[in-house]
Amino acid sequence: MKTILNQQQLQIMVQRLAYQIREDHPDMHNTVLIGLQPRGVFFSDKIVGVLQQLIPNHTFHYGKLDITFYRDDIRKALHIANKTDMLFSIENKNVILIDDVLYTGRTIRAALDALIDFGRPAKVALCVLIDRRFSREFPIQPDYVGRAIDTIVSQKVKVHWQEADGNEYVELLDS
Amino acid sequence: MALSTKHLLGIKDLQKEDIELILQTAVQFKEVLQRPVKKVPSLRDVTVVNLFYENSTRTRISFELAEKRLSADTINFTASGSSAAKGETLLDTVNNILSMKVDMVVMRHSASGAPHFLSKHIPAAIINAGDGINEHPTQALLDAFSMQEKFGSLKGLKVAIIGDIMHSRVALSNIYLLHKMGAEVMVAGPPTLIPPYIQQAFGVKVTYQVKEALQWCDVANVLRIQLERQNQPLFSSLREYNLSFGIRREVLENLGKEIVIMHPGPINRGVELDSDVADGPFSIILHQVENGVAVRMAALYLLSPHNH
Repeated sequence: MKTILNQQQLQIMVQRLAYQIREDHPDMHNTVLIGLQPRGVFFSDKIVGVLQQLIPNHTFHYGKLDITFYRDDIRKALHIANKTDMLFSIENKNVILIDDVLYTGRTIRAALDALIDFGRPAKVALCVLIDRRFSREFPIQPDYVGRAIDTIVSQKVKVHWQEADGNEYVELLDS
Repeated sequence: MALSTKHLLGIKDLQKEDIELILQTAVQFKEVLQRPVKKVPSLRDVTVVNLFYENSTRTRISFELAEKRLSADTINFTASGSSAAKGETLLDTVNNILSMKVDMVVMRHSASGAPHFLSKHIPAAIINAGDGINEHPTQALLDAFSMQEKFGSLKGLKVAIIGDIMHSRVALSNIYLLHKMGAEVMVAGPPTLIPPYIQQAFGVKVTYQVKEALQWCDVANVLRIQLERQNQPLFSSLREYNLSFGIRREVLENLGKEIVIMHPGPINRGVELDSDVADGPFSIILHQVENGVAVRMAALYLLSPHNH
């Protein structure tokens, strides 16, 4: 086991990513932020929290998307769905998908399929806390990265969040 | 976490956790049905046959729509106009359909136990869409879903099932389900339409006074008089049934509390329910129908073949 990020590093990283998103989207009115269920939403909650402090009076288009019904391994095991909360159209919007860990890219592939069932976005970008680079099985790359790390298949990255786990850090597990 | 059963033959065979999983999954599917594209690709490699040996409007359309919303391929079989009319047995019919690579069977039959029989002889997953006077599990699940949506939880809820209890598979499935989920059940209707030992057998309250049931309950699930299953006169006339056991608006308005009226359909207007009740503010009948699609999507999704 190895700690990749401690709580302080993680919090600074969230700040940095939120500022980067803010820099690229001067007009937030046309921007939609979407956290991926189940674990990506803890991260997206924090990103949106920082953005809200930056632009206090703005009402963000912020949704949560569950991709269970779009998975490509649905026959391999039963997956239990989580809540999707998308109470707005994404037609012609700039969408930022937010997830905690990017690994094979299969989750994002499913998320893109799910996303276009809510309309035709102008642009889709991807923001991840941890990018397990060189592990991709699909041609998918992030636009905003907390930290890129090199891992092998047998390893696991676990992100702990205060709200879900009672503490906050990122660890690399060998199994 | 997965269902403890391979088929959905009846609520009797389900664990409480199974019911919770189906209802919880149905919540997510109900959201899918509000989207601009009301369809997910989950079952696009699955073929489902809807095998209806008995008439149906709602259930058949609801299942077919649920299958299509899950991207499954569907084929429909109705007994009239099929080889069943030429004398082919149930098992032969099903085996012939399955040899065309069908993965799941949704089945309605007038004989109680028909899907249970089939489950012992074929490899496909079976969903019972109503068997004789035994069970109609997806109806009970959508009733539960609708009640849960309205009240938050089924625990401690008082549900009166009113009408033709004797011939109703909806009543039996509802009793099993409500008891498993911690609700209380009272059945009400004419003595000739209530099985004599139902109180001892199922632990339900029994009354022959509809007003007493309405005063006691939070929800009244009113059942259709199943004339097609009654081979002897069990009450004198529909008019008299309506006068003694029909639900009228002025009775509901004078209860001093608000209750919810449900009905599995089809309604015999002016018999078990007056029109101003069926269409009135107490009724959630059309919500039940809407929820039926989401609940059936959940059952199909959770029972679809895994590890194949």
